[in-house]
Amino acid sequence: MISPRRIAAVLKKELLQLRRDRMTFAMVIMIPLIQLMLFGYAINTNLRHVPVALVDQAETELSRTLAQIVQATQVVEFTEVFATPQEAEIAITEARVRAALIIPRDVDNRFARSPAIGLGLPNATDQTSSRPVAHWIVDGSDTMVASAIKSLRAMPLTEMMRLPPNRLVPTFEVTLYFNPEQRSAVNIVPGLVGVILTMTMILFTSAAIVRERERGNMEMLINTPVKSSEIMIGKIIPYIFAGLIQVAIILGLGHVLFDVPINGGLGALLVVTLLFIIASLSVGLVVSTLAKNQLQSMQMTVFILLPSILMSGFMFPFDGMPQPVQVIAQALPATHFMDMIRGVVLRDASLFEMREQILWMIGFTVFGLMAATLKFKKRLD
Amino acid sequence: MTDVVVSTRSLTRTFGEKTAVDNLDLEIQTGQIYGFLGPNGCGKTTTIRMLTGLLTPSSGEVTVLGKSMPQAAEPLKSQIGYMTQIFSYYRDLTVRENLKFAAEIYGIPARSVKGRIEELLHTYDLTTNVDQLCGSLSGGQRQKLSLAATVIHRPKLLFLDEPTSAVDPETRRTFWEQLFDLVDEGATMIVSTHFMDEAERCHKLAILQNGAKKADGSPRQLMDNLQADVVEIEGPELRTVKHQLDGKPKVLSTAQIGSRLRVLVDKSEPQPVEMLRALLNTFSDLTLTQQRPNLEDVFVSATREQKA
Repeated sequence: MISPRRIAAVLKKELLQLRRDRMTFAMVIMIPLIQLMLFGYAINTNLRHVPVALVDQAETELSRTLAQIVQATQVVEFTEVFATPQEAEIAITEARVRAALIIPRDVDNRFARSPAIGLGLPNATDQTSSRPVAHWIVDGSDTMVASAIKSLRAMPLTEMMRLPPNRLVPTFEVTLYFNPEQRSAVNIVPGLVGVILTMTMILFTSAAIVRERERGNMEMLINTPVKSSEIMIGKIIPYIFAGLIQVAIILGLGHVLFDVPINGGLGALLVVTLLFIIASLSVGLVVSTLAKNQLQSMQMTVFILLPSILMSGFMFPFDGMPQPVQVIAQALPATHFMDMIRGVVLRDASLFEMREQILWMIGFTVFGLMAATLKFKKRLD
Repeated sequence: MTDVVVSTRSLTRTFGEKTAVDNLDLEIQTGQIYGFLGPNGCGKTTTIRMLTGLLTPSSGEVTVLGKSMPQAAEPLKSQIGYMTQIFSYYRDLTVRENLKFAAEIYGIPARSVKGRIEELLHTYDLTTNVDQLCGSLSGGQRQKLSLAATVIHRPKLLFLDEPTSAVDPETRRTFWEQLFDLVDEGATMIVSTHFMDEAERCHKLAILQNGAKKADGSPRQLMDNLQADVVEIEGPELRTVKHQLDGKPKVLSTAQIGSRLRVLVDKSEPQPVEMLRALLNTFSDLTLTQQRPNLEDVFVSATREQKA
């Protein structure tokens, strides 16, 4: 029933239009390129050089050394110096600094009793009477900044006494697999594949079909023998290739610029990305049957894109989300794709290990295609 | 095959409360150009959409090329051509690319595609524009391309929805010549229009108003059967004359055409000129002459009955 020749005709027409539509063509290439650069360089979850203020009320040699070794961690940078905590508070409110370190007058005294100094085990009286050596006040509204400074809380001060570091035995030994240097790019770049594919695939397909309706071409098409499934297949195929080109750009450049490893096999990578591309395209088709014009299709794409960025595990860990949100996030193909692409690229997961996700993705696509075909009728009533 | 290409019996289509097409009976013979004449919103497009199987009738029957619609809509698509009101081929493709697309969509055998396109380019005088993007074609050229693409598969039945609303009179002339050539080759056409000169060229016409057929027949028949006489009035103060006559019994309509006022008087009045003269005795310098009715008069008198 389905005629390959008619599909080829639609496909050829679509390619001709794509070739002349410089903007879309440029978007296929430029979106992944620019976003990779932006996200790869810009997103950094390991905070460095947070601007903070220093209020040194002691002004002893010890307090100056303390400030120096705090700065030496590179987590913070003292950009302002104040005489009183009040001034520091104002500076935080005015967002000139994100936090302030207040070194109290009796810092030397506190210092001697601090367990962090590592002068052997403190005796019983010291244990009860010892107090923190200094005080951080932090603009806690940004949890990332706050936790970066909180990480300084138990900072060992052994260095100050010229004692060898690591005298303290940690409670746990931690070995970091797959990203031992804790570089954000390693996690971001594969995830970016999911975000960019979600955006471009849904937008391009929905816009491509809605455009036919907007420009009146659909009125002509429904009067020809071409079937709706033939129109859809013919329109989708060019974008499958566009999607693959984008994946190649992101992962290839990610590898070159950000040294993101590609540990998994290319076969598994191709299967996983193709599945996701087709799932996204089917979402695009559903959108196209609902949207009346290109603006609406754009709005609906954003509606799907935002949760795909924020809830899929691209930016924030999936495990941290409350149960109901996890259920919603599970309905997004991007969530499953994040798992799969990171699995293949970073952990060399095999297709068998990802069978559940793969089956889900196939199910989603079949459902989407069926919904779109049923909705997309050649009738007007 | 029978001589009747399209026939409908009490064809009705409602959209919610509104009846778009009301009990329409049509019979369109092969080799005819059949026109639907009516104002915007009179049900022309809805009727055509039911005839092509895009809309399901609320009630009534439609037979097209011997098959019942809308069940046979898909198989019939390759025997039907439909030219949309607004240019609906791709503006970002060239003339040749669009024709090629149409040829492939309609399943024209691969080896004859090239020859057919050349033939159409020649017939429709598009040879100089083959590689031009359709977005940059003039309205007339676009119209020619639309027609060429619509007839690429040599349809037996052609629907044209207000085909020449956007082109100049010269192009309209040649366009109609081409339609008659196609009829000569055996095609039947259904044309919707609200232009009198276009309607006048049809073999047969149906005047539609509010979804119902008000009159049908050949333009000649319609003019001969007009239930009114036409009187033209020449002279000064025509606007005042018009207001004087509007609403008077037996005066069906008045319309100013340049320096003349065209008045339709009901046929039941034996002396239309005398009657008008009596009505206008306060005016001086008026010349009244009886005229042959034209299609517009038919249209006006057919569509005004609704209000009465």
